[in-house]
Amino acid sequence: MSRLANLHPGTGGTILLGLLPFIVLVFAYVLGSNTRLQENPDDKLLPAPSSFVDTIERYAFQEDRRSGERLWWTDTGASLERLLIALGISGALGLSIGLAIGAVPYVRSLLLPFVAAFGMIPPLAILPILFIVLGLGETAKVALIVIGITPIVIRDIALRASEIPHEQLIKAQTLGASTWTLSIRVLLPQLLPRLIDTVRLNLGCAWLFLIAAEAIASTEGLGYRIFLVRRYMAMDVILPYVAWITTLAFAMDYGLRRARRTFFPWAEAN
Amino acid sequence: MAIVTIRRLWKEYGEQVVLENLNLTIADGEFVTIVGASGCGKTTLLRMLLGVEKPTRGEILIDGAPLVYEPAPERGIVFQRYSLFPHLTVTRNLLLGLELSGAHLTGRLFGRARRQALEQVHALLNEIGLYAARDKYPSQLSGGMQQRLSIAQSVICQPKILLLDEPFGALDPGITADMHELILRLWEKNRMTVFMVTHDVKESFQLGTRLLVFDKKRHDPHAPDAYGATVTYDIPLNRRLRAVA
Ligand SMILES: Nc1ncnc2c1ncn2[C@@H]1O[C@H](COP(=O)(O)OP(=O)(O)OP(=O)(O)O)[C@@H](O)[C@H]1O
Ligand SMILES: [Mg+2]
Repeated sequence: MSRLANLHPGTGGTILLGLLPFIVLVFAYVLGSNTRLQENPDDKLLPAPSSFVDTIERYAFQEDRRSGERLWWTDTGASLERLLIALGISGALGLSIGLAIGAVPYVRSLLLPFVAAFGMIPPLAILPILFIVLGLGETAKVALIVIGITPIVIRDIALRASEIPHEQLIKAQTLGASTWTLSIRVLLPQLLPRLIDTVRLNLGCAWLFLIAAEAIASTEGLGYRIFLVRRYMAMDVILPYVAWITTLAFAMDYGLRRARRTFFPWAEAN
Repeated sequence: MAIVTIRRLWKEYGEQVVLENLNLTIADGEFVTIVGASGCGKTTLLRMLLGVEKPTRGEILIDGAPLVYEPAPERGIVFQRYSLFPHLTVTRNLLLGLELSGAHLTGRLFGRARRQALEQVHALLNEIGLYAARDKYPSQLSGGMQQRLSIAQSVICQPKILLLDEPFGALDPGITADMHELILRLWEKNRMTVFMVTHDVKESFQLGTRLLVFDKKRHDPHAPDAYGATVTYDIPLNRRLRAVA
């Protein structure tokens, strides 16, 4: 066993190797920041790590002078609320329409071409329309994410439904299943793990749409804050916010993965 | 049990004639084994009996009534693979049949009905030797266990006709004896009319009460698809029929 392809790291090794790129990144940043600050103490591009602590202290634990709120948490709450509502709507729509397409050939013929075409609309291009029609409030932001993600979820769920072996569907019918019971007892449970996968893979897109919408029209939210402080080149705010968004996204991804393993153990084996 | 009558049945796919002029009357409770060269239309015949394929010409009658071309609980099927539900445990795979035929709105049984169904399921699990594995998922079972479960699943709704398409084809030859014993036991108990396609000629003699050999009667070397297969040998194997009689 000397081929590289056959060598596997142990548990400790796996953790260490996984951490290594992060350590390298932090080290490179500190190095770069130090060098630049030595040359010019007013440099704003790579602020010292200590200034991040100041920012977090200021944004997360002190009340804002004007609004009296802890901005970090108001921003997080506002963004997460938009994101979770949008993901919930996309998931529910995607699952039910995808299931209907998968279960009923007539619905497939009716909807699949439309969904495919609809999914090609660049969501950001219709953002102005959303703002015009739905106003600048929450609805437009949630709608942007929903419009951006739902077609992908529908198509992925429908694709998964078509991958379920035909033998199973015939077998269920010989056991007395109707279209309805076939859908809820055979198709739906097998589509749920895929729904989790699809939502996981689309989390990045969802955040993208969220931040875009917040950047353009908002009064709070993580994306709003980043674009607000950009005017002052406040990298000491932007970078912690980006790191925080990344952490949130990573936690959601991890949570979904765990949920899949817990609730659908049968889907792990294959 | 059911009497199956096949009259002047033809099946063509485009230019290709797969089955030609099939005429058969299968008695109540018969165990029909079907052998024939690969591609001669055995699966096609089974699919027509199942109701997922329509004959080009001719008709199939079940107890004198025309067959409904849609899968139905009166006709059970065991495929070679893929017919278990991967998201359900062994117990629930069996329970599903009783639930689907018993609850048309929710597809689930509750309370007393569920307890009674579970008792029936557990009895059947004991009979097929899978009680100890009752909480496993299909992917955690061996091929032979999966196929035993698949057979049990097909008989739990007490179909009049059971169709088997090379059910043991993917299994280790060492365990087929067990499987034969199981299928015969279930056949005798449930009094079904059985159609079983197999590649194993010995198996077809051992299990069947009637053996059908499919082959092409006519051959055109320049147009291999011009003629279809039909029953060339129809061999009664009476020694088993007494078991049901
Ligand atoms: N849906 C279809 N469309 C076109 N031709 C088909 C279709 N299904 C089967 N055939 C053709 O019909 C013929 C019979 O197929 P069938 O599957 O019934 O053979 P078989 O006897 O079951 O063979 P095997 O022993 O290999 O399973 C084959 O030549 C096949 O190519
Ligand atoms: Mg076949």
